[in-house]
Amino acid sequence: MGKVVVVTSGKGGVGKTTSTAALGAVLAQTGKKVVLIDFDVGLRNLDLVMGAERRVVFDLVNVTQGQAKLSQALIRDKRVESLFLLPASQTRDKDALTEEGVASVIATLRDKFDYVLCDSPAGIERGAQLAMRFADEAVIVTNPEVSSVRDSDRIIGLLDSKTLKAEKGETISKHVLVTRYDAARAARGEMLSIDDVLEILSVPLLGIIPESQGVLRASNVGSPVTLNEPTNAAARAYADAAKRLEGEDVPMVTPVEKKGLLNRILGRRVA
Amino acid sequence: MKLLDLFKRRDSAPVARERLQVLLAYERNNRNQPDLVAVLREEIIAVIAKHVQVSQDDVKITMDRGSTTSTLEIDIHIPNAGIKATAAF
Repeated sequence: MGKVVVVTSGKGGVGKTTSTAALGAVLAQTGKKVVLIDFDVGLRNLDLVMGAERRVVFDLVNVTQGQAKLSQALIRDKRVESLFLLPASQTRDKDALTEEGVASVIATLRDKFDYVLCDSPAGIERGAQLAMRFADEAVIVTNPEVSSVRDSDRIIGLLDSKTLKAEKGETISKHVLVTRYDAARAARGEMLSIDDVLEILSVPLLGIIPESQGVLRASNVGSPVTLNEPTNAAARAYADAAKRLEGEDVPMVTPVEKKGLLNRILGRRVA
Repeated sequence: MKLLDLFKRRDSAPVARERLQVLLAYERNNRNQPDLVAVLREEIIAVIAKHVQVSQDDVKITMDRGSTTSTLEIDIHIPNAGIKATAAF
């Protein structure tokens, strides 16, 4: 029985898709069978970030509506053998997904994979609620910024009330993944600190992903940052987060600012 | 003001933190129930409208949500004609 993990946030643009791809790739690299499901019907992007945009034939909606078999819609990653993608439909709208359809797809995938990562759409509407509905665990992607933290809090409320686990009186296990963390700005008191975010949300921390240009480079070429630049600081932070998701006890490293004397004098930021 | 203060910007992160704490304390409490302040606002206006003809433009409402208490200020400009009309009853 695999684990179903929803990657969610409420707010858009905080890094859900990037994080789903990066975590999924690194989990698959360690030998786990991983499937990534894009729930953003109408605005799919996980295929693009994974570099599989030209290989999409069938999608999640086709499968839930019986127009295609699950095996026909799954796209195997070209780099990591045990990594699969189930894309969202680009032409339909979010109402095309039914709860029964999603339930049956997830039940089948849970049997065949170690990890089912559900990439949630932004917002709190139907699509986001279906993405989290059958999850055992949730990764809440948050930027250290007021609107993102507020929306994360709202999503936590939904996770605790609208998921199947919550309705059965069980607790869904939740983790915060802080992304786009800028150590220099945090040190200058311009950005909410990790402690601030954790205290406000009171959810345990899965990892701190530093702001990095490597993330954009990876999405430019259609490869998860953990595969594209494994030594990059963000990629290493994702690898650690994936280990924690596996239950390993990895010490948390808060990114610190590395500045040379010259940069310090010129006030230049280090990438 | 000390000379040093000119060069030192006030940290904005603590402000963000405090604003979030106040806001989320409020939002968490009201997640599954109607917003009390909004209900009061509606009902108070309805009561006034029963007795005096006021247009929406004559009603100014301000709200301030604090960490322990909230204030609701309703400022209604009642036209004198309106009062006379109802007084006739």
